[in-house]
Amino acid sequence: MPHDEVHEHHHDHPHVHGGADHHPHRPDADDTLTYCRRLEIAVRELLIEKGHLTADEIRGAVERMDARGPHLGARVVAKAWTDPAFKVRLLADGTAACQEAGITFDQSTRLIVVENTPDTHNMVVCTLCSCYPRMVLGIPPDWYKSRAYRSRAVREPRAVLREFGTELPDDMAVRVHDSTADMRYLVLPMRPAGTEGWSEERLAALVTRDAMIGVTQAKAPDSVT
Amino acid sequence: MGGLPAGPVVPAEHDYQLWEKRVDALMVLCSSKRMFTVDELRKGIEALPPDAYDRMSYYERWITSICNALIHRGIISIEEVRGKLADIEQRPPETAGEKG
Repeated sequence: MPHDEVHEHHHDHPHVHGGADHHPHRPDADDTLTYCRRLEIAVRELLIEKGHLTADEIRGAVERMDARGPHLGARVVAKAWTDPAFKVRLLADGTAACQEAGITFDQSTRLIVVENTPDTHNMVVCTLCSCYPRMVLGIPPDWYKSRAYRSRAVREPRAVLREFGTELPDDMAVRVHDSTADMRYLVLPMRPAGTEGWSEERLAALVTRDAMIGVTQAKAPDSVT
Repeated sequence: MGGLPAGPVVPAEHDYQLWEKRVDALMVLCSSKRMFTVDELRKGIEALPPDAYDRMSYYERWITSICNALIHRGIISIEEVRGKLADIEQRPPETAGEKG
């Protein structure tokens, strides 16, 4: 029933923005009530009025989203670097090990942790859409959801890695993991040399979001003081 | 789209605005309450005309698909959405479209 669908009425709005994927310097539209922003208000209010959701549930979901970020994943990685038994559990069952480390899972999503080694580098993409290990990294950045990344990561991963400044030896294998709604991946980067004896907290500062997606490696110890 | 040719990866990101986070919250809450499945939403997004897909931002695509999925499931009606949108247009600008 195509006539029953809501479409963006772009002709009413000559200044509708292009996709965030294409406009890195997208203007702050918080004060512009675009069609889609009105649609969000309309849907939210209808669901509340009809008793399907409460305003508190929505507020709570936004607060949980704000509280999540790459600091959670970095903590898990640093723990795996310093606690060999935890690392074994993490690689065997990412969901259970992260829950053990205090990470909460909103949905029944499986988390698979893939380990970078001197022989193998792993990177994560979602060619379908935007599936991402949100429970440990928060909301994905725009580029992760972009057409360019999703198209090319599975076809020419080494070229994409070079665009992120990551040069890998030719004899290092690259494995690309394509996520789904039910299966998310987190990369366990290699622990940088020269960090012997470092505390978990100090190590966590070397673990970036991009390293846990696998487009870069963990930071060098001399990059942090 | 996996495997299709495309240009360089532009390392763009932005701080998500409150309305975008609310779209995300609607998606998480409605799917956990079984009002629709994530697969239905993705089908809705993939069904967007290619020009609309490219013109709309990520959360613009999601809210469009969420609204359509709720209508198809009979949870809200197209008339209710139209009525609500008309109400919102009448609200004074200082409310930013929110109920006073």
